[in-house]
Amino acid sequence: MGEGQFEIDDEVAKGLNDLDEQAGQALEAGDEERFRQLLVRMAEAVRMNGARVPDEQLDASDAIVPPEDLSLEEARRLFEDEGLIPDLPVAP
Amino acid sequence: MAGLMSRASTVVKAKFSKMLDKAENPAETLDYSYEKQLELLQNVKRGIADVVTAKKRLELQETQLQQSVVKLDTQARQAVAAGREDLARQALERKSGLQQQLQSLDQQSQQLEQQQEKLVASEKQLSAKVEAFRTQKETIKAQYSAAEAQVRIGEAATGIGEQMADTGLAIQRAKDKTEQMQARASAIDELTTSGALEDFTSDQTELDRELGQIASQSQVDDELAKMKAEIGSGDKQKELQQ
Repeated sequence: MGEGQFEIDDEVAKGLNDLDEQAGQALEAGDEERFRQLLVRMAEAVRMNGARVPDEQLDASDAIVPPEDLSLEEARRLFEDEGLIPDLPVAP
Repeated sequence: MAGLMSRASTVVKAKFSKMLDKAENPAETLDYSYEKQLELLQNVKRGIADVVTAKKRLELQETQLQQSVVKLDTQARQAVAAGREDLARQALERKSGLQQQLQSLDQQSQQLEQQQEKLVASEKQLSAKVEAFRTQKETIKAQYSAAEAQVRIGEAATGIGEQMADTGLAIQRAKDKTEQMQARASAIDELTTSGALEDFTSDQTELDRELGQIASQSQVDDELAKMKAEIGSGDKQKELQQ
């Protein structure tokens, strides 16, 4: 999040899913250090292996990688209460 | 259990699905969402400006605190010269406490700086997407039937909605961080006026605190000894008076 969209191939996506699964476990276990490490590895995997999609392109992402400096506390708020992202304008 | 990416996607999608639900007349929806996007973009710019202002204020405060450190140092010297070691020790202890706080404030300030850079980049991305949306909406209005247009709008709005939610989160986080730092800086301000030295960091372990105390104690001892040595010799005293 916060760095634009990237296109990745299937192999990278598979690795990313593994890391994601582990990060989910670290979040449940409350293991902050491991959680942070995994987030950084996820962000790096995308940055290193992905191709940056131009800003002008309007496509929906298949997946959204959380910010790499997200804390456990923030992650809980983000995922459990949807509290971190402000509401978007709603059509009348 | 679900991984983080799917949960993040769910949260983000929930944030803008409401926006699409009301889509009845595609052309109207397009114009309306474009207007809303422009509004949001303005909010984002204001958000960034707020963060920058808050950061500037903090930097000013940091400078004031640094001046307090210098003042405490001078006071300690005066106390030593007056033979009041107890007062000198007190001043040096406060100085050491302030220095530790300042250091962590400085680290946070650097993190905020990085966040600010990301925010600006994110705002640029959003601008580019809003502009792309403007172009696409005219094409969609001109070239597609209502049913087809609906699908295209869905795609374009999803792409832009993600970016909006994304930027919104980034701004929220930067603001939270600024508020935390401001709270911390005013706590330090109180510290300098009241003189009561307390540990404001709650996430430290007992060991960290004790180690910090030992380090700060020995720093105070060292400095006190140094000052005594300097002021004790007549030549040095002259230098100080110049």
